[in-house]
This record gives sequence, C-alpha cells and structure tokens, in this order.
Amino acid sequence: MRHITKTFPGVKALSNVDFTLRAGEIHALMGENGAGKSTLIKVLTGVEEMETGEIYLEGIDHPIINRSPQEAQAIGISTVYQEINLCPNLSVAENIYIGREPKKFGRIDWKTMNKKSSELLKNLNIMIDVTKPLSNFSVAIQQMVAIARAVDISSKVLILDEPTSSLDEQEVEKLFFVMRKLKESGIGIIFVTHFLEQVYKISDRITVLRNGCLVGEYETEKLPSVELVELMIGKEIEDLAKLSKEENDEENNEKKEIVIDAKGLGHTGTIHPFDLKIHKGEVIGLSGLLGSGRSELARAIYGADKPDQGELYFKEKKLQINTPLDALKSGMAYLPENRKEEGIIEDLSVRENIIIALQARRGMFKVISRKEQEEFADKFIDLLQIKTSSRDVPVKQLSGGNQQKVILGRWLLTNPDFLILDEPTRGIDVGTKTEIQKLVLKFSEEGKTILFISSEIDEMLRVCNKIAVLRDRKKVSELKGDQLSQSNIMKAIAGGDTKDE
Amino acid sequence: MNKMKELWKRVTGFSLLFPLVCLVIVLVVNLIKTPDFFKISMNNGVLYGYVIDILNRSSELIILAVGMTLVVAASGGTDISVGAVSAVAGAVCIYSLIGGASSSVYRIPYVLAIVLGILAGTACGAFNGFLVAKLHIQPMVATLILFTAGRGMAQVLTQGFILYVRKESFKFLGNFLPGVPIPTPIFIATIVVVLTFLILKKTSLGLYIQSVGVNRKASRLVGLNSSLIIFLAYVFSGFCAGIAGMIITSRVYSIDANNAGLNIELDAILAVAIGGNSLGGGKFSLAGSVIGAITIQALTTSLYAMKVTADQLPVYKAVVVIIIVALQSPIVKRWMKNIKQKLASSRNGKKVEA
Amino acid sequence: MIKRIRNRLSSNSFLIIITIILFLLMYIAGVIVFKQKNFGNLQVFLNLFISNAGLIVAAVGMTVVLISGGIDISVGSVVAMTCMLLAWMMENKGVNAIVAIILVLIVGVVFGLIQGWLISYLKIQPFIVTLAGMFFARGMTAVISVDMITIKNETFLAMAKSKIYLPFGGTVNKRGVLIQPYIYPSVIICLLVLLVLFFVMKYTKFGRSIYAVGGNEQSALLMGLNVRRTKLKVYVLNGFLAALAGFVFCLNTTGGFVEQAKGFEMEAIAAAVIGGTLLTGGVGNVIGSLFGVLIKGTIETFITFQGTLSSWWTKIVIAALLCFFIILQSIFMNVKWRKKKRG
Repeated sequence: MRHITKTFPGVKALSNVDFTLRAGEIHALMGENGAGKSTLIKVLTGVEEMETGEIYLEGIDHPIINRSPQEAQAIGISTVYQEINLCPNLSVAENIYIGREPKKFGRIDWKTMNKKSSELLKNLNIMIDVTKPLSNFSVAIQQMVAIARAVDISSKVLILDEPTSSLDEQEVEKLFFVMRKLKESGIGIIFVTHFLEQVYKISDRITVLRNGCLVGEYETEKLPSVELVELMIGKEIEDLAKLSKEENDEENNEKKEIVIDAKGLGHTGTIHPFDLKIHKGEVIGLSGLLGSGRSELARAIYGADKPDQGELYFKEKKLQINTPLDALKSGMAYLPENRKEEGIIEDLSVRENIIIALQARRGMFKVISRKEQEEFADKFIDLLQIKTSSRDVPVKQLSGGNQQKVILGRWLLTNPDFLILDEPTRGIDVGTKTEIQKLVLKFSEEGKTILFISSEIDEMLRVCNKIAVLRDRKKVSELKGDQLSQSNIMKAIAGGDTKDE
Repeated sequence: MNKMKELWKRVTGFSLLFPLVCLVIVLVVNLIKTPDFFKISMNNGVLYGYVIDILNRSSELIILAVGMTLVVAASGGTDISVGAVSAVAGAVCIYSLIGGASSSVYRIPYVLAIVLGILAGTACGAFNGFLVAKLHIQPMVATLILFTAGRGMAQVLTQGFILYVRKESFKFLGNFLPGVPIPTPIFIATIVVVLTFLILKKTSLGLYIQSVGVNRKASRLVGLNSSLIIFLAYVFSGFCAGIAGMIITSRVYSIDANNAGLNIELDAILAVAIGGNSLGGGKFSLAGSVIGAITIQALTTSLYAMKVTADQLPVYKAVVVIIIVALQSPIVKRWMKNIKQKLASSRNGKKVEA
Repeated sequence: MIKRIRNRLSSNSFLIIITIILFLLMYIAGVIVFKQKNFGNLQVFLNLFISNAGLIVAAVGMTVVLISGGIDISVGSVVAMTCMLLAWMMENKGVNAIVAIILVLIVGVVFGLIQGWLISYLKIQPFIVTLAGMFFARGMTAVISVDMITIKNETFLAMAKSKIYLPFGGTVNKRGVLIQPYIYPSVIICLLVLLVLFFVMKYTKFGRSIYAVGGNEQSALLMGLNVRRTKLKVYVLNGFLAALAGFVFCLNTTGGFVEQAKGFEMEAIAAAVIGGTLLTGGVGNVIGSLFGVLIKGTIETFITFQGTLSSWWTKIVIAALLCFFIILQSIFMNVKWRKKKRG
C-alpha cells in the first residue's frame, strides 16, 4: 500500500501512509488510539474508500480498489475481527461454508461439507465435532473457525484484528501455532494488537502508526521494546506553561488516611487481581498502552464491572459495591472512557445531563427544583467553559469536547471524595485541557482523591503524585516521587527493569 | 425575511406541533361535514354535543395512552395486552360484585369490587414487567401472552356469558354522576392524566424514565436502577388498563369478555405515535399522547359518520399507523435529508448566479 | 453426569426433544384416561390432522419467519380475509373455484410483499408492520362482506369433503361394520407443505441463509449474504403460506365470516415456540412445529372427550404452555451465554 490518505470530517485519519506485507510473514500493525490502524485495514478491505494512494497485490499488475469486503475476499484478502462475525446458531461446518455450500443434485451436500470442514480444522490442529452449533465452543475455538473460513476463501492475505483480546494464555499459544502454520504455507498475516509480549513472540516485522502518519517499519528482532513504546506514544508537543505542583513528599502522604485500599481486586476476563492503595488528596495515574487494562481497573473499583475476586476498602471500611448507586452514595464518581455509549444521555438537555447523577443520589423524592437545576447547570457551564447556545439544548448537539465537559460537570456536582477520570481531556482543546488539569490539582489540595487515566504521559506527569503502570491487563509497577519521569514510565510499560526505590 | 425564518423554526420545533396539526385536520374535516359540530347543548341536566361525545369516549383511550407512553418511553417496546387486561379487570370486578350471573344485588361493597378490578389489571402489568425487565424477553412477545390468554381468563369468570349489573349506581362511572352535567369518564381521565403528570414532575421519575429509555447503560452508571424503572412502567400500564376496564364495563353496565376493549391496543399505540413520541423509546410527551388519543377518537367518529362500520374501521387506522411509523424510519429520514440538501443546494446555486 | 446434561442443554435439538416427549406423554395419557371412548383409535389421531390442517400450514410459515428473526402476527387476519374472499368470489361473483384459489394465493403473495418491503427495506419493526397488517386484513374482511357467506360451489365442496380412506387400521363399529380411517385432501396439502419446507430449510441456500440472518444479522451481512433480499423473500413466502393456510382452513369451514380465525396467529406462534423455535431467531425446525400443533390438538381432543370444560380452557392451557416454553427458552439462552463467558 502506498501513499494512502483518508480523511474523515474534521480529522485526517491517514496521511500518506505506506505499508508493505510480504508473503509468509507475520506483520504487526501497532499504534495508539486514533493512530489509524483500523482505518488502514478498512481501506485495504474495502469498508472505506481512500482518497489518494494505491494498493498493489502480488500477481495483479494494476493497483486494486476494493469496494466491499466481498470484493476483497474475492481477490484474496480476508479479515477476522475481534467480535467474531459468525452465526452462533449454525454448526461449525456451516459457518465455514455458508454462502458457498457444496451441492449435490441441487441440494446442499451436508456430508461433504462436514468432511471438508473437519479436514480444514484438522490442518489447524483443531479436532472438534463440526456438526455441533458454534455457540457450544469457546471464543478461542470460534476464532479458529473464523480463521479457517477466511483462509479457505482467500489465500493471500489474512488480517487478524485484535484476535487475542478474549483469549487466555493457552489459547493464545494455540492461535500462534495456527498463525505459524499459515505463515509456512505462504500467507501474509497482518496482526493488529496492543499486546507487546505477543508482538515480540510471533511477529517478524512491526509497522507503527501515530496520529495518522507512518512512524516506520521495523524488524521485530532489531527493535527494543522501549524504543517501540517511545515510537508509539511519542513526545506530545504541548504549548502549555509548566504548572506548579505542590511537592508532596512520600512521608507526608503515608501519614494521611488511606481512601482506597484494593486487595486482590479482579474481574475475570478484564483485569487480573491487583492491590492498590490510594491516600487522601493523592492524584494517582494509571498508565499503560491501550488495552492494558486501565479502564478495567477503574471499573472494578467503581463497580461498573462488579469484581468477582478480592476486597475493596473505602475510607478504611470494607465496601461491598453491588450497583453503581452504592459507589455513588459512598462518595465515588466515575467519568467513563466511552463518552458516547456510557456517558452522555444524548436526547436529554445539557442541564438534565449535568444534574442526573446528583438526582440519582438524592433519590426519587427529593427532586432538585428547576431553579436549582438551572443554577447548577449555569455554574458548570461557566466553570468549565461549556460552549452551548443554552442549557436546554439536547446534549447530542454539542461537540465532543463540550460533551465531555458536561459529563465532568455532572460528576463534579456530586462533590465526590474519590473521583475516577478516564481520559477526561481526550478530544478537548488545549486551553481547556489546562483548565481541567488545574482543577484536578485544586481538588487534590482540597483533599479529594483522584484516579487519573490518560494516554498522554506528559499530562499525567503534570498532575499525578504517583503512577501505576499496567501491561497486558496486569498491574506491573508503581512509580512515585523522583521516579516520575517519561523514560521510567516508558520503561515500565515496555517491560524493562524499573526498580521501586 | 430572517424574522419569518426564525418564527418558522420556532413553530416547527415545537414538540406538540405534529399531534396538534393532526387534531386540527380531523376537526376541520368534521366541521365541514357537520356544520354544528361544535354545538353543545344542555338536555335533562346533562351536556350533549359531538365534542362532548368525543371527549367522553376517548377517556379510556387517554388513560391507556398514558400507560402506553411510559412503557414505550422506558423500554422502546409496546404493551399489546392492554385491551385484554381491561377485559380481565372488568371481569374480576363484576364477578366479585355479583357472581357468575347477571344480577342486581351486590355481594361485596362496590368500592371493593372496583379496587379488585384495578388490582387485577395491575397484577397483569406486573407479570408483563417481570418478563420484560427481569427475563429480558422482548416486550412485544411478553405482552403477546396476555393478549392471547387474557380474554380466556376473563371467560373463565364469566363462563362465556355477558354478565349484566342491573343497579343504577354501577352506571355512574361510565356515564353520569347524578346532578353532574359532565360525563364521569372525562373526570377520571383528567384525574389520571393530572396525577401522572404531577408524579412525573414532582418526583424525578419522569427524568429517570427518559434517561433509561435513551441510554440504559449510561443510566446505570449514574446510579439509576434501570430494571426497576422498566418494571414499574409495565405495572403502571396494567394499572391504567384496570381503570380503563372499569370505565368500559360501567358504560354498558356489563362485561362481555370477548368485546370489552377490543382492538383498543392499536388505538393506544397510534395515540402515542401521533403524540410525537418515538416508538423506540426515550423522550416522551404526555400531552402529545393525550392529544393523539383525542385525535383518534375524533377520527373514529368521522369514519362512523361516513358509514364505515366498526369492523371496517381498523383498515384506515392500519394505514395511518404505517404512514406515521414509516416517517419515523431512519431510511425515510435519510431520504428526506437528501431531498432537503438537494433543494438547499439548488437554491444556493440560484443565489450565487443572481 | 451434570456435564452430560449441560452438554445436552446446549444442543439446539434439546427443545424439540422436550416437545416430542411432551406430545407422546399427553397422547398416551389420553389413551389411558379415555380408553372407553376409544381415544386409542387411529381416526382420533388422524382427526388431529384434519382439524388442524390449516394451523399446520400457518405454523410452518410462522416458523420460517421466526427463524429469520422476525414475527408476523397478521396471519390470523389473512386467513379470515382469504376465507371471506374465496367465499365472496365463488358465491357472490360466480368465480370458478380453481381461479378463486389462485387469486387468493396471489393476494397473499402481494400482502407478504408489502409487509416484507416495509420491514426489510424501510427497516420498520416487524411487530408494528404486521400488527398494522393484522388490523388491515381483519378490516378488509369486513369490507368484503359484513355478513357470513357460506360456500356452495360444488368443486370446492368436493375438494373439502372427499374422504380419502386409508387401507389399514380399520375398526369395527357397534353395528359390526368395518370402518376404514380416512383423511381429507386438506391433510395431503398440509403434509406436502411440511415436506417441501423441510427440504427448503435444510437443503437449500435460501433456507440456510434464513438461519444465518436470524442467528446474527450483522455477521450474515459481513459473510456476504444478502440480508435484505432474504428477509423480503421470507415475508413473501409467509404471505403465500398464510393465504394457503386460509384456503385449507376454508376447506374445513366452507364459509367466511368476520370473526373467523381470531387468535389464529397466536396458535401458530405457540405451536412454533412449543416446537422448539426460539423467539430470538436462528433456531427452529418445522417438524417441531408440527408437534406443537399436535400438542394443541391433543389438548383440544382431551377437553372435548372430557365434555364438561369449556373450550376456552384450550386457549388457557396453550397460553400457559407458551409461557412455560418462553421462560424455558430464556433460561436456555442464559445457560448458553454463561457457558460462553466461562468458555
């Protein structure tokens, strides 16, 4: 793929990106949020159109343009997505052959279909009963079936989009076995993932994208992990004045009460059991690559994903959180990462979105009067500089950044003791970013405790006293005081040695 | 020119516009056909007139529409059991009042029978609510059960007969209270609407229902109990069906398990849709549904005047439902957007040329 | 042991097995309880088919629609409209019986086409569209004729009443005469429909794509199936089958009237659900639906033989069974979903 450019309204998703895949290689495609990985894949497979650029495929003289996934499949490019796009009610064999079932005398030949599917899967070292419905099998097996189908249909390029997110270690090994076998038969595999360890285990080359641009293509063996992380995260050029931060030395903090004490808290499938102590007034950051489990850790503490292991102590008392309302009533607040799906209530007005959490906490009968609602709404519209024509427009009409501010206002209104902010400044203009960071520091001085998650390390260094680092869904280290530096964080994320002093 | 545009924008943005326009259209058509449509006269101490008649007969529909509005708003689904449930409520009320045969003697106090009837309706609502909120069964399917079984259950009580209550006091609810010129159902409907409105505004329940209907996930994260709210919406719908059942049976001082509240569920859904409410859930307007219900009743009256029989009526209503729902379809909305854009760009093109 | 049960629970045919067992149990119970009244006669079994031939056709159509992930509650009204149309054409307009039958089938196809277009192309919820369709068709029945029309057309009556005797299973009645069990042509038609649709659902691409669309519409689309066209075809097919069911139903009633077949669609849905069709789509089998109808027929026969209970009880028992199966299905789905998570 050469000089690929693709623009979405307002955002240049891909800018002059080149990408090369060789036959019989496993090529990892990496990048943070908004880097352009999925867009590149979509352009390759015909889900999206590109504006400029050409794609060449081995064996075809002229540049190809795919207009739909079907066309891409027809010339030999298949994709297996993270959400397995198969039909769980159909049998394994059927899922592999649907739309192209073998026929005999005008009717579907089940016997041949079953036999062929069985063979296909045997080649991938999977022995299962192909006549059983797909839903009987684990996600890992289902993925193999999806791969078997993809490879049977098109035999040149296989794209695996985050295939390991729902797999445990054993299953990942099985997947790698399959990938190596396919590699041997000459298929080129594009492996999109954020799991660093896996990239180093299986890939031959790595291409890194950042902010829609190509950073570079490297041989895996020759690229140290620290460098890889640096390339992915990069140094953000922020035009901001350095903020002063109160020097909280460690001893001071240790004397303060412990607000959050998580012991072995974990949620199956999303975050391994972790221990975390947060003191009053601390701003603790969670750092790590996308997919490392930062949001999941926060959700386990808030009860958005009810933890099935471990215990949580809030202000020294054991707290059993069954619903988010329990967390809310205890004095916690959670600003979710996925603003659109879990944040804004889009048809409701700005005012209603702001007061809803406080109303939920007060209960159904203690209604916040219209006058009070308007006061609260105005207060935060001012404080956070929310750009809106009035407090009564539906919140879906606001820009993304302003929507974010509305949700922030919603939680600030509840005056929480412990505030979880998951990517609070994403999509917000530079000036307001500073405002929010200043606010965070102010809350910390007032004695509020904050858990701060951000992909921008600079930002975290500016506001946090302590940073916990996550990798591959596990908490791997904590950095405080002098240890807080860009390079140390990078190292910790990459898996280099970092000693807690 | 700009001021006109502003005014136009404000008027078209008004959420009650659509139902009001529909109502006005129906009323105007009626006025043309029947010049003394709006005439109200007083005979025997009681008010008469087409308008009174429409308001009277739309009362049970208004009550059902109120319940249906909340169900649609909270869950994005519809409750098609309301007709059958009102029959059940009526049967329970009359059976407990006079037993299994027509009679003029009350076995239990009148008020108690009414309470039992309404309770029966509420219980049916709770059944629906449990299936939808707890077992996550699609609302259409869950309410389909009572839609079938409801009348059968009513038949068990009435043994297939039409039971008549031959006591004057039973007629009061559905007709007139002695000495009061306005038909009683209008009072009941008004009370229900006003009470519901107050509850929704004076507690934050209205806000909660809208929130859950728009975004169930986000509502949960801000601390709302989405399942409970959906459950309560269905309970309330059953409650409304119970009240409607009381009015329906009192009107004809009898219970006919086969015909009480027949086809009224389509009318209720239609009322909610005409009221400007999205059948997919979320923001709702009680006033809209009320206007919608009155509009439908007026439409029914006009059709009767055009010699359409009760059996043939559903044809017209079906067509109206399809048109309204088609307008709400995302595909149609996209077409209209494209057409608007094309018109706008051609107008702009003209401006540039000029 | 528990693992084996769990494995069974997750197989798609589990539900059908319950249905068949239920039917056998009920029928055997009937034979035992009503031994005196000759419940065990072959004719009693055949009567299940005779009285419910129309329902079998409708249930088959409903099964297909449900598998595709949709629903069609207009079936009962279409049956009534079909009957009325047939009666009116033959009696009031003197139309030839065969022509009349062909015409109503065309009407059914058109009806299905309109509903299908609204659902698959305008993407309106199937429930609302078919609810409107139900009211429309029921209303049209009254528009055609408010009064009841009895069919006197000879060709039609011949089709309706010709007994087809089976060469076996005869019983000797009280007067010592050997009576052979019989069926009517309506039974042949419904069995044909059953066989054809069984073949289509299992052995044709169209049939399998219906399963795929019902299982996961998004995936089916990504796998290259034309979801819109499949859905449209499903409703057209069902429109045809509904009209056919109306024709078969009419062979039984030989007349049309406004209140006919009220609640018929519910019986068809109940038969399909009891027969193992999931309301959420993707799972179902026309054979299961046949047994669903047979169960309904058995309950009815039971109540008739019993003599004292009103016929409304059939509806209540069916509704209770439906409720039971719906709840069973939702538990079944829960088990599967949890297994997948842990999987």
